[in-house]
Amino acid sequence: MTGTSNLIELMTRNLRQSGIYIAFVFIVLLFTVLTGGTLLSPGNITNLVLQYSYILILAIGMVMIIVAGHIDLSVGSVVALTGAVAAVVVIREGMPWWVGIIAALITGVLVGIWQGFWVAIVGIPAFIVTLAGMLIFRGLAMQVLDNVSLSPFPNEYRQISGGFLNGLLGGPGYDVFTLLIFALAAVGFGVQQWRVRMRKLEYKQPVEALWLFAVKVLLVTAVIMAFGWQLANARGMPIVLILLAALVLIYGFVTQRTVFGRHIYAMGGNLEAAKLSGVKTKRVNFMLFVNMGVLAAIAGIVYSARSNSAQPAAGNMFELDAIAAAFIGGAAVTGGVGKVQGAIIGGLIMAVMSNGMQILGIDQSTQNVVRGVVLVLAVAFDVWSKKRSSVSN
Amino acid sequence: MNENILEMRSITKTFPGVVALDDVNLQVRRGEIHAVCGENGAGKSTLMKVLSGVHPAGTYEGEIHFESKQVSFSSLNESEALGIVIIHQELALVPHLSVAENIFLGNEKSRAGIINWHEVNLEAAALLDKVGLRENPVTPVGHLGVGKQQLVEIAKALSKNVKLLILDEPTAALNDDDSAHLLGLIRDLREEGVTCIIISHKLGEIAAVADSTTVIRDGSTVETIDMAEATRNGEDLTRRIIRGMVGRDMENMYPGRDVTLGEEVFRVEDWHVSHPTQRERKVVDGASLNVRAGEVVGIAGLMGAGRTELAMSVFGKSYGRDISGTVYMHKKPVKVDSVADAIKAGIAYVSEDRKRYGLNLIDDIRRNITAAALKRVAPRGWINDNEEIAVAERYRTSMNIKAPTVMSVIGKLSGGNQQKVVLSKWLYTEPELLILDEPTRGIDVGAKYEIYSIINKLAASGKAIIVISSELPEVLGMCDRVYTLSAGRITGQLPVEDATQERLMELMTMERD
Repeated sequence: MTGTSNLIELMTRNLRQSGIYIAFVFIVLLFTVLTGGTLLSPGNITNLVLQYSYILILAIGMVMIIVAGHIDLSVGSVVALTGAVAAVVVIREGMPWWVGIIAALITGVLVGIWQGFWVAIVGIPAFIVTLAGMLIFRGLAMQVLDNVSLSPFPNEYRQISGGFLNGLLGGPGYDVFTLLIFALAAVGFGVQQWRVRMRKLEYKQPVEALWLFAVKVLLVTAVIMAFGWQLANARGMPIVLILLAALVLIYGFVTQRTVFGRHIYAMGGNLEAAKLSGVKTKRVNFMLFVNMGVLAAIAGIVYSARSNSAQPAAGNMFELDAIAAAFIGGAAVTGGVGKVQGAIIGGLIMAVMSNGMQILGIDQSTQNVVRGVVLVLAVAFDVWSKKRSSVSN
Repeated sequence: MNENILEMRSITKTFPGVVALDDVNLQVRRGEIHAVCGENGAGKSTLMKVLSGVHPAGTYEGEIHFESKQVSFSSLNESEALGIVIIHQELALVPHLSVAENIFLGNEKSRAGIINWHEVNLEAAALLDKVGLRENPVTPVGHLGVGKQQLVEIAKALSKNVKLLILDEPTAALNDDDSAHLLGLIRDLREEGVTCIIISHKLGEIAAVADSTTVIRDGSTVETIDMAEATRNGEDLTRRIIRGMVGRDMENMYPGRDVTLGEEVFRVEDWHVSHPTQRERKVVDGASLNVRAGEVVGIAGLMGAGRTELAMSVFGKSYGRDISGTVYMHKKPVKVDSVADAIKAGIAYVSEDRKRYGLNLIDDIRRNITAAALKRVAPRGWINDNEEIAVAERYRTSMNIKAPTVMSVIGKLSGGNQQKVVLSKWLYTEPELLILDEPTRGIDVGAKYEIYSIINKLAASGKAIIVISSELPEVLGMCDRVYTLSAGRITGQLPVEDATQERLMELMTMERD
């Protein structure tokens, strides 16, 4: 079993997963050229992070829901509702900013309990429950806000999505602190990859050739540092990026390495078999929707902080962006397949395309057409690669 | 009668990396019942797909001659137009549509696109009469049992003026009565001039019904046996076919073992289960049984007798409602209210339908093996990937699962190897009692022997084992003691020495007084 696999094997073994990274690199390069480098400029990269973070946060929860074989159409409305609750608590009632955050999170949990109850306990398809939720929570958001938008939020609250950790260590024209954080991340990545490799060898698992491993780690490290360098040359480390990174790490671990995560995949792959293997499917489904509620609340907080207001129409159509991110990122419509990092890349593909087209001054209608076509093509690729890989008997 | 209706010459079909068929020849005489036998993965289904146009002309080498003319089909429709109809193992009926609608689906009787339902139903009724199915043509197909659905499929084939009818494992899901009826029907069709190719694992059936048998092994034709001639020569037909399939005489289908019985491991008393939707219907009615360590106990019963329902209701109340009775493990009552409880109590249930209830087909061997005892590789809630792989590797070796790595996707394995994965999965839960529901269904002869050997090894290691099977020779060959089940009641209990197929069948069909 011990052996090293070559590059082609590595690429083809999981075309479904690696294809998405190749597509991402291609799209970034394309728009970098088209925009004459503006896409990757320090200011724009910072902007990208700020502008699309809440979609990525939603995509994390959405991909888990989709893997389990469900869908959640209500997240856009939940973003509006949780932002509205935070605004009412902080702006109208004048309570401290953190009380607003707690109130929004509790709202998210309650939303999750409501939807989880109908989906997991009563057994109504999630499509129906969350379609109803889409109406219910939008309506509640309007009622909470009395149909007017509330603003402005206090400065501390705005920091969540507009704040930067900057100048903590000074620096000649660029932010040393930001670079330090990114350097730590790069080193952390390298160390973690090395440990995985060592463990695999210990258990006599196949690993890629050492040079390939080195190239892979160096390449990723270089991308991380380049990204950090651009941010350091703009406004420094966005707070929301730290939040996002933490969520990606936590949920990547939860889905891939915990019993709970494995149960989601088992249910999506074959619900009956999962039940007969002792998976408490009701509990897992319930927890999934509570989790989605919490993530939608976090997205709601970030979005309201960014727009510095709570509006009844906030978060409109966010659910579609989050769902698209998950599917572009390789999630299967039938459930059982999909990854958090895939959904993040899927979300970034959407983000880079939107942002790139905005820079190019392409109007909204064309943007929608392009994004729709990309979504269909991504899923078509998924279907095609599935067919290709299944040898019929 | 000696004219060949079908000749397939030197058919070679390759898939990326696999030669599925290698120079296969098949000659079928007009008006005969021709059986095609072979282990799973031998290439029978691929051959039929080549014949029916599912694998279009050009994707294989060789020639097909039908009614003395060379043909090349590029789709199923083209082969059906000439009267070649294939009925797959998984029935292709739409459950919500009526019998008549299903019969004429894709072949609707219409004028200018408008369907005359009276005509359709009338014709359907005539076809149903022909296949001996007494049902109203407007009944939704989903309301019929599998056996009757099979007959609807045949009626559908007849509606297309079938000349060559291909049946892929037609009796796999049928009980003995329905099987007998189906085989009788095939004989009747032969009288009317319909040629029939039948693919089956049930060799007894083939011996009874086929005029000739072609044996395929590893993608090549081994031989074509003229059954009448073989009978004249005094050969045992079943044994002759098995010899062709496995390439050797299988002297004993069932490996022997030394039985050492220990203490009682499992006992269920006065078990009652009602139907999940029809509450007044008792599916299991006061069943009691026990198993000792090292013992293999059989439960014999016809389909619908409540065998699977008994097992699944014991296994964490996974079936039925209003369940009452007591389960004892090592003479102590235990709680089996959920699957998790049952697993904790040391019970494992290997389902009769591994694709539906046993496996996550889109996932790999490794994750399927640990699925029921994930905590063992995740003691603190997070999974030790490498340990998980090591565990899977152990089972791959010890169970002889034929796959390149434990990362291979389950859906691509053969039935026998899938079954070994399911067994591994349940062994990893370290059960005291294994309930094996039809453990060799849809598995070829060689793999069956392996599964039997595994069962024997488990019994020898002190596990208690219940085998549910509708194949009586299997029950008699494997078990130490047999319970018979009829209409939800245990109707008898026999040590295997006293049991014969006739005696068991008598008890299995015992009516309620």
